This record gives sequence, structure tokens and C-alpha cells, in this order.
Amino acid sequence: MTLPLFFFYVFSVITVASALMVIAARNPVHSVLFLILAFVNSAGLFMLAGAEFLALILIVVYVGAVAVLFLFVTMMLDVDFASLRQGMLQYAPVGVVVGVILLLELLLVGGSFVLPTGVEATAMVPIEQGVQNTKAIGQLLYTRYVFLFQGAAGILLVAMIGAIVLTLRHKSNVKRQDVFRQTGRKRSEGVELVKVKSGQGL
Amino acid sequence: MIQAIVFLPLVGALIAGLLGRVIGHRTSEYITTGLLIIAAVLSWVVFAQYWLAPAAAEGAHGAATKVEVFRWITSGALDLRWVLRVDTLTAVMLVVVTTVSSLVHVYSIGYMSDDPHRARFFSYLSLFTFAMLMLVTADNFLQMFFGWEGVGLASYLLIGFWYKKPSANAAAMKAFVVNRVGDFGFVLGIFAAFMVLGQLDFDSAFHAVPEHADATMRFLSWDLHAMTVVCLLLFMGAMGKSAQFLLHTWLPDAMEGPTPVSALIHAATMVTAGVFMVARLSPLFEASDIAMMVVMLVGAMTAFFAATVGLVQNDIKRVIAYSTCSQLGYMFVALGAGAYSVGIFHLFTHAFFKALLFLGAGSVIHAMHHEQDMRNMGGLRHKIPVTYWMMIIGTLALTGVGIPGTPLGFAGFFSKDGIIEVAYAAGASTGYIAFWALVISAMFTSFYSWRLIHLTFHGKPREANHGHDAHAAHDDHGHGHGSAYDNAHESPNVMLVPLYILAAGAVLAGVVFNDVFFGHAEHIEHFFQGSLVVSADLLDAAHHVPWQVKWSATGAMLIGFVAAFQMYIRDTEAPRRLAHANPGLYLFLLNKWYFDELYDRIFVKPALWLGNALWKGFDDQLIDKALTEGLGARVKAITGRVVKLQSGYLYHYAFAMLIGIAALLTWAIAAGGLLG
Amino acid sequence: MQSDVTSFASLAPAYPELLMAVGAVVVLLLALFWKNVRPGVIAVVAIVLLLATLAVLVLQPASGVLFNGIVIVDGFARYMKALVLGAAAATVMISLSNSKEHGIDKFEYSVLVLLATLGMMIMVSANDLMSLYIGLELQSLALYVVAAMKREDPRAAEAGIKYFVLGALSSGMLLYGASLVYGFTGTTQLDQIVAAITLETRSIGLIFGMVFLLAGIAFKISAVPFHMWTPDVYEGAPTPVTAFFAAAPKVAAMALFIRVTTVSFGPITKDWQQIVIFLSIASMVLASFAAIGQDNLKRLLAYSSIGHVGFALVGLSAGTAVGVEGVAVYMAIYVAMTVGIFACVLALRTEDGRPVETITALAGLAQRKPFVAAIIAILMFSLIGLPPLAGFFAKWQVFLAAVEQNLFVLAVIGVLASAVSAFYYLRIIKVMYFDEPVAKFAAVPGELTAVMAGVGFLIVTYFFTVARPLTDAAHAAAGSLF
Repeated sequence: MTLPLFFFYVFSVITVASALMVIAARNPVHSVLFLILAFVNSAGLFMLAGAEFLALILIVVYVGAVAVLFLFVTMMLDVDFASLRQGMLQYAPVGVVVGVILLLELLLVGGSFVLPTGVEATAMVPIEQGVQNTKAIGQLLYTRYVFLFQGAAGILLVAMIGAIVLTLRHKSNVKRQDVFRQTGRKRSEGVELVKVKSGQGL
Repeated sequence: MIQAIVFLPLVGALIAGLLGRVIGHRTSEYITTGLLIIAAVLSWVVFAQYWLAPAAAEGAHGAATKVEVFRWITSGALDLRWVLRVDTLTAVMLVVVTTVSSLVHVYSIGYMSDDPHRARFFSYLSLFTFAMLMLVTADNFLQMFFGWEGVGLASYLLIGFWYKKPSANAAAMKAFVVNRVGDFGFVLGIFAAFMVLGQLDFDSAFHAVPEHADATMRFLSWDLHAMTVVCLLLFMGAMGKSAQFLLHTWLPDAMEGPTPVSALIHAATMVTAGVFMVARLSPLFEASDIAMMVVMLVGAMTAFFAATVGLVQNDIKRVIAYSTCSQLGYMFVALGAGAYSVGIFHLFTHAFFKALLFLGAGSVIHAMHHEQDMRNMGGLRHKIPVTYWMMIIGTLALTGVGIPGTPLGFAGFFSKDGIIEVAYAAGASTGYIAFWALVISAMFTSFYSWRLIHLTFHGKPREANHGHDAHAAHDDHGHGHGSAYDNAHESPNVMLVPLYILAAGAVLAGVVFNDVFFGHAEHIEHFFQGSLVVSADLLDAAHHVPWQVKWSATGAMLIGFVAAFQMYIRDTEAPRRLAHANPGLYLFLLNKWYFDELYDRIFVKPALWLGNALWKGFDDQLIDKALTEGLGARVKAITGRVVKLQSGYLYHYAFAMLIGIAALLTWAIAAGGLLG
Repeated sequence: MQSDVTSFASLAPAYPELLMAVGAVVVLLLALFWKNVRPGVIAVVAIVLLLATLAVLVLQPASGVLFNGIVIVDGFARYMKALVLGAAAATVMISLSNSKEHGIDKFEYSVLVLLATLGMMIMVSANDLMSLYIGLELQSLALYVVAAMKREDPRAAEAGIKYFVLGALSSGMLLYGASLVYGFTGTTQLDQIVAAITLETRSIGLIFGMVFLLAGIAFKISAVPFHMWTPDVYEGAPTPVTAFFAAAPKVAAMALFIRVTTVSFGPITKDWQQIVIFLSIASMVLASFAAIGQDNLKRLLAYSSIGHVGFALVGLSAGTAVGVEGVAVYMAIYVAMTVGIFACVLALRTEDGRPVETITALAGLAQRKPFVAAIIAILMFSLIGLPPLAGFFAKWQVFLAAVEQNLFVLAVIGVLASAVSAFYYLRIIKVMYFDEPVAKFAAVPGELTAVMAGVGFLIVTYFFTVARPLTDAAHAAAGSLF
């Protein structure tokens, strides 16, 4: 058993196990932590496959940003997951039946899986030797997959518009900062010289 | 051009039918009539091309002009197109249909002038004309069937035009139902033809006939001669539409419709559809001797039967209706003998003089304020002289006045004598039976035709003898209160002009067209260009029958004339004496051989009983109670359960999706045979 | 790795998409920087953009495979895109007069509709599992947002959330299926997947992947049992949004369904036929029964659309070019009927301005608003499938295709379901024509009248006006797949 193979199995087993724990953990915070563990191990798998850039991006973006955001949200929201799960038991039998059926069928699939010979030759995008990871991805992304790249950008645009339109509320009685207006303010607009007659007030 | 002829009436019908209320009666009348006159003129142009210059189409001998309108049905091997077919036979029919129809339109402007639903009437008339034109321009069985049913529908609508009259409704229904019997045969015939020949369009079907001439088809345990079955079934349709013996009962009742309708539909055009159909399908009928024999015998039987009944009828229109029935029998005899051109010839001449007689009768009825019983007429000659002379011309043409061996004679003379000669020439026992039946019928025809003239126009007015307006007869104060006779008046010109034109046709149609319909076989061939079968031998034989045969019809006609003159002018008591002497025969004839009573017993009563049984037992109990209401209850129950599925809970929905995909997966894997 | 895009001209087949993408962004910027512009104006600009794209699509037909096989533009794609664009334009148009009361009088609505339409165009043209997914998500995400756009209405929020969560589940299924298909065939390109499949050597894993893939798409066309979101979302979302949901996305998803099955899984037609038949029967039957129990018009229309998807799938289950042609015709007629019926629903407001959403509120409509009632009646008869209305010919063609493939059981069940469905359609007519009027209705805006009249005219005169060109176009479209 070579060292890479050993690590492959380690990472895979941990990934699957922690994914399982994501849905099985009672405490949502634990779930998120398991999620992070799964991400990290996936990154390890990427690393083994020679995709260092993806591995690091996974850690930076998913672990560093997304998962932490998740963590904050779950910690800040006071969701009583126990009560959510109460109704679950009555559906358990059906769920188990469906799950078992799917599992059996998945096993059938697994049993029938054979890697076609010469799959590397027919791979969609052969890995070129001697080209940096980042550069290879970039080349691919901006040429061959430019359409998908732009499409994904469209999705993000929609997500942005959606987030704004669904949450942004303009309340008329709220004072807002307007930097341009504030810095562009003239003395004449802000200060008024008033002659006050003594003893009378304004 | 042919599109214009066929579709102008439809345009008229749609305008008058849909916009009649908007544009008013007058405009509807003018539009429909105008369009039909245009169609008639165009038809004559088409006809002239075939008549005067057949050489133009000579190059394509046997090929008709075809105009494709649109593709109709395409399904598997069945590729039907809507094609307007024009050949000589069609051209003849076009002329007959559009001419008579346009004249009837014109006539109706006067005849229906006081009817509150004129726009509807004209719409129906034009619709009928369109359907009839569809029928005669058909290029395949289904198209013909479309026209066939279309004229049936229009006939139903027009017979029942005065829908407030129960008798009119009953007559319309009767016509429809009896025709349905024939049409059922016709449909079966079309099915059988398609089954045997594998073709629905005429040309391919005709080409396929020789190879299937000896084919048999198995029905239950019998092997039947296929072409005979096909032809007999098709002929059943012709019997229904053309009111032949056994299926004739609707035609006299159809006289409940307005008289112009009787002239157009029940004399000149629709009832001849059967004749046209047999002529059009002559290559099929030629393949079956038995069918030809049946056609001939049924024709002869009808001619004889209708003539006998016509002898004693009192309603002026019924007499003419039975006469029509009888003349249709003549046509079928000619067809059955194999002389199709002669049958068509009689159809052609008959259209003119029978329409003339009907429209003349209409004029009489109009003059007599809708009195139709001849016993209440008489002496009208002086009141309505023009109508009188027109009726005389029609009668002369119908009875076939002319001098054998010379080209002198009225239209009916040529065609009817031609048929009688053909029947004789056809030989064999059936030919002789038909010959004698037709000669005797010719005598009867002459008798009842002159009886009609004598009773209506000669003698003294008789209406005072009958109670209903006896005292009004002498009341001179108000015009409206005078007797029908006193108030009788000549019809307006709009009604008389069509009579003139038809009279011209009744006089001349025979002389002018005798050669191309019943002349030398070559001439006929040359004229029809293969649009129907021409048997040179038969025609030759018909031209060389003994002189007794040639004179037989004329002799019979003279006997009938003299008898009528004797009984209704000289000795007016004779008919009554004769009736008293032979009460059985008289009643037998007066009640039309008791066919209506017989059919009532055999068909109507059992059908009513069956209908009642099905209604109460089957429909009420089984369908309504058990099935409909039961099903409704089931549906409601299922709905209740299905609606409950939609609980509104998100996880139920997600669950449903998961169950769904598990089920689909299992199903796909199991059904795909991937488990083993 | 080189891109096959060498010049602007080589992008010709993708011009409509480019125009739509650039146009959507321009509209967004326009709305942001044009101070105090009314949302209605932006909506009109959006309609113009949709119609301009449609014009480019129709007037500049170019075919080809683009972006290294990721996008395909063929006759089928153009036909379906034309339907999508037409449906989108029509549904935006019928919402013009009533956007305020439905809470969608924001310019974002127009922008999102444009982006959703772009997503649908990508779906229709997808020739790769990845572009398929990108298009689908672009569309879905925009739809989730517009469903929930009327923020003050809890029903709309509920609709948005339900749609989003279930949509995410279906996307998961789709992705899972796609990854299995990729794993078992070694390619993601639809027209290359077919080369890796044979009927004899198909593996259980491939079938597995295909089922998941189809299930994901079936969710988008709301075929039973993946339809559960439909009634709730249709009811909860603002009516103009529902109209949009019911028309354009259905067409796009159906196009995707057809392309994936016929192009990629051609050799194993026998296998996906089973699935399509299952979905078809389940949809037709369940929708027919469930709709009977509804009183809310929008819920009823939701079930009606489920049922119609079932009928359209009858054509696809034939697995032949004739069948696909039938589906193409069916979707066109379905879109027309949907636009028409929603125009009617939107046109109906009580005198105090509240929208009419229940069937009982339609009582006596024939006396108060005879024109609207007549159009609804025509549409109902057409939805039942009575000749000579368009709906009849739609059903006729798909059933014919099924019968040609000897799928008699399916056809019989379809006809029976159609008969059951007649009940709830006829009930609406009964209520409109024979019940006593209860409410007074407000005047109908002009453009809705125009849409109603136009749709009514086309449906009634279908056989004489559009039947021939439509069938020809559908024939050409189906021909480009086989």
C-alpha cells in the first residue's frame, strides 16, 4: 500500500463519516463543524489528485467564509431543532423503507460499476503536464467554458438582485448616511448667522 | 371557374344564414339568387365546352379535369384529397342543378314573398345547392358521401321549414330516417368498395375493378360475389335518396315543404342523386350482372307502383310527387339495362318538365291561397291562363308527346321512349318485364297527368261543394272573404319567368340533346369521353326494335289521354262509379298499397317498444343510476383523497418526491429487466 | 485549449442570448440610474427587449454548435425559444395594468423576468449537462425570487420558500443524476452521451443516473409526483407571476426534457419511455381528480397545468418524431391558452379593486361581463379538448402519436382523464352562465381585452389560421432532433 493510497482512504472515510454526522448531529453547531471537517478532507482529496489550487480555494472560500458564516447564523438564530424533529418519528417507517430501497439500488449500481478502460484518454479535459494549476484552470475557464462562466455570473447577479429586493427596505423615517452630501456640504448651508436681541431668545 | 360554381352558393348560404337578420330579407334574396345565377351561367359555359368542343378535352380521353381544393385525410395508406372533378357527366349535372336552382331561387322571391323567415329559406336553398354541387363534383367516395349527407340535411331542413306545422316536422323526420336506412347501405357500400378495391378515389377504383371482378368476400358462412355485394349496398343508398320502391315512403310526405323546395329537391335534383351515383359508378355496376338486374327490376317496380298510386291521389303536389317517383323508376330501368346515358338523358329532361310542373302547381297553389286539394279546384283555366299553358306544356313533356321516327316531340318523348326501347332491347325476361311495366306505367302517367289538368283547370269550380267556405263564396264585400276561386289571380312575373324558361327546356331539351345522349354510340362516347360506360351493342339494338315497340309508348299515352278525357270531362261521374265498383282496389291504391301502415307495424312499433325498454331499463337503471351517478360518487371520493395529499407541509412534499423517485427507479430497473 | 469563438460573426446562433443578456443588464442599469422612473416603463422596455430578441431569433435563423459543444442551436431550439420569448412577453404584458395591486411594481421584477428568460433560453439550447444546469439554476433562482416578491403577503413568502426548498431538492437530484451519467458514459455533452450508450450494454448505473436527471427536470415541468409545489406556489405567488410560471418555464423545461431523452438517451428509448408513461399517466389522472376539489381559480389552474403536462408527455412517450412534433404543437397551444386564461383572471376585479380568485366569485359573470365570460368559456372548452378548438388538435396530435406506437392503454387512460377533467372546466362555465350574479366587476383594461380577443380568435379559428404554419414549424423542429 502506497502512501497516497493510504491517505486517499483516510480522507475519503473521514469525508463520508463527517458528512453523515452533519445530518446526524443533534447540535446544529456540531453539524456545521462536521461540515467544515468534510470540506477540509475534500480539500485533501483534491490535493492528492494534484489539484492544489482547488484544494486551497475550497479551504479559503468554503471553510474560511461560507462555513464560518453558517456557524454564525446557526449560533445567532435560536432554532429549537429538537421541536422540529418531533414530527419526524411518525414518518420514520416510510422514510426507512424508501431509504432502504434507494440504498439497495445504489448497491446494485455500485456492484455494476466498472471503470471503462482508457477512461483517462477520453477525459473531457486532459491534464497537461508542466502547466500551473491556476493557469490551467484559467485557460479552461476563459476559453472553453466561457459560456458557463458567464452563465454562473448571471446566476450570481440574480442572487444579488434577489437578496436585495427581498430584504432591502427603504424606510422613509430612518436617517441615513450620505457621504457625498455630507462632505459636499457648504458652510452656507449648515451655519446661519442670527442676530439675537438680548434678553429675548429665539 | 369550377370553384366559383361550387362555392358561390355556399357563400350565399353563409351570408343569408348568418347575416340574414342584419342585411334584411330583400338583400339576402338578391345575394343568394344573384350568386346562383352567376353559378348557373358559369355552368352553362362549362357545359358548352364539353358539348360544342369535346375535342378540346379529347387529348386526355377519359381523364376528367380535376381541381384540388385541399388535402383532407392522410392516415396510413389512406390519402384523401378534396378534388373537384369535372367531366361530361358532371357538366350535365352542373347545368341541371344550377339552372333549376337559380330558377327556383327567382321563383321563390315571389312565392315566399309573405313568409317571415325568407332569409333562412334562401340560405337553406343555397346550402342545398352547394351540397348537391359537392356531390356531383365528387372525385372519391367520401366526398360524394359528404355531398350525399349534405343534401340530406338540407332536404330535412327545407321539408321542415315551416317548423310550426307538426305534419311538416313529422315529414322532415320521416325523410331523414328513411334516408338513413339508404345511407347506411351506402356507407357499407363505400366500406365494402374500399375493402375490395383498396381505393377510394373513383379513377383508381375503376381501374381496380377488372382485377377484382371475380373476387369473393366471406360473410358469415357464405362466399359472396364481392362486386355484387358492393353494388347492391351502394344501390341501397340510391334507393333511399331516389325514393325507390320500399324506401319511397318519404317522398310524398316531403311535399309538406314549400313548393319551390319540392321542385328543386324532390323533383329535379336531390332525388336524382341516386341515378347520378349509379351512372358515376357505372364501371362498378358493369361488373355485376345481378346488381344490374336488381336495379332494373326495382326501377320497373317503382315506375309501375308509383304510377298506380298516382291515379287516385287528390293532393295536386302528391300526384306530381308520385309521378316523380315513377319517373325515377324509368331512369333506373335505363341504368339497369346498361344504357347509362339514356338514364341521364331522362334525368336531364325530367328536371326541366318536372320542375316546370311543380312550379306550375306552386303557382296554382299560390293562386288558390294554399289550397292543394284538386277536388276543390276546377275551371282555373280562365283565371290563370299563363300557368295553365305552362302546365299543359309540362304535361305534354311528361307524357311524352311526339311522333315516333321523327325529331318532333317534347323533351319527355325522346328520353322516355328511349328508355322503353332500351328495356326491350336489353332482352331476357327481366327486360320484357321492365318493358311491359314501363308501357303500362306510361299509360297511367298519361292518365293521371291529364286528370290533374282536367280537375284543376277544366270543368266548373267545385270548392263551393265543400263546407268550409261555402257561405263565404257569395260574400262579395271583402276581397279577403271571397272564395279562393274568386280571388284566384295570376302569379307575378317573378314567378312566371322561371316557368317560361323551364317550359322552353321542356320543349327543346329532347330534340337538341337526343343525339348526344341517345344517338349513335359513337356520338355518345364522343360526348361523355369515358365518364360513364357506353354499350354500343345495346344502343344499336335499341335503335332497331320493331315498330310496335317504338309506337307502344305513344299508344299507351293516347289511351291514357282518352281515358282521362272520358272520365273527367265527358262523364264526370265515372270515377265515382268506378271507385264504388271496386272498393278494395280503390282503397288499396288510395292508401298507397298500405306501405305506411305496414312499416308502422314492422318497424316503427317494435322500434318504439325497444326504445322504451332501453330508455327505462338500460338508460335509467344501468347508465344513469349505476354508472353515471355511481361514477360521479367514485370521482368525488377519489378527489377527496387526492386533495388531502396536498397537505401544505413542505416535508410532505419532499417526501412525496423521494417516494416518487424511489418508485420510478424501482420501476425503471425492474421493467428494464436489469435486475437479473 | 482554444475557444471556438473566433469572431463576433461566429457567434451568430447565440445572438438572441447575447442580446438578452446584455439587454437585461442594460435594463437593470437603466432602472438604477434613471431617477424616479416608473416600474411600468421598465416593464415596457422589457417587453420590447423580449420582442426584439424574438425578432432576432426568427428573422436571423442560424444553426450550429457553439462554445466547444456546450450550446446547440437547431430548429427545435429556435422553435422552443420562440415560444418561451412569446410567452414571457405576453405574460409581462398582461401584468402591466395590475402590477401595483399584486406587489410586483418594482423594476427588479422586469429584470428578473428577463434573466429567467435568459436562463430558459440557455436550457433550451443546452447541449451539455453543465449548461443545462446553469440555465436551469439561472431560471429557477430568478423564479424563486419573483414568487416571494410581494413581501407583505405571507402567502407569497410561503410560496417562495416552498418553491426554493423543493427546487433545491430537485436540483440536487438532477446534479446527482448528471454526475452518475457522466460517470457511466465519460462525457457531459448530450450528443456524445448517446455514443457511449447501447441498448444491450446499458448499465444499471446509467439508468439510475437517467432517472435522477429526469426527475430533476420533471420537477420543473411539475409532473406528478414532483408536482407538489405547484398548487401552493401558484396560489401563493402574485397572479401575474403565476401566469409567468405557468407559461414560459414549462416550455423551457419540456424542451429540456425532450432534448435529454431523445438526443442523449435515444438508444435506450424503451427505458425512458417507461418513466415518461408513468409520469404522464400519474399527472393526467391525479390532476383531473384533484382539480375537481378546488375552489381557488389559481389552484385549479395549477392542477390544470399539471394535467396538460401529462397530456403533452403522452406525445413524448411515443418516442418518435411525430410524438415530439405533437408535444411541440401542444406546448404552443398550451401557452396560448394559459396566457388567455390568466388574462381573463387578471381582468376580473371586483368594484372595490380586489382581484377575483375563486370560482364561486365568478357567479353570473356572463351577465355582468359577457365578453370575458365568453372568452373563458371558449378557453375552457379548448382546455377540455373539444373540436374544433385548438385544444382538441393539441390532444389529437399527441394521442395520435401514442396510438401509432401502439400505446393504447396510455391513450385510453388519457382520454378518460380528459373526460374527468371536463367536469371542473364545465363547472366554471356553469357558474358563470347559470348562477345568479353576486358581485359587480370593475372595467377591464384595454390591453387585456386585446390579449383575450386575440387568444380567443386563434383558438377558435385555429384549424384555419395557424394550424398549418404551426404544425410545419413543429415538424421542422422535431425533425432536427431525429
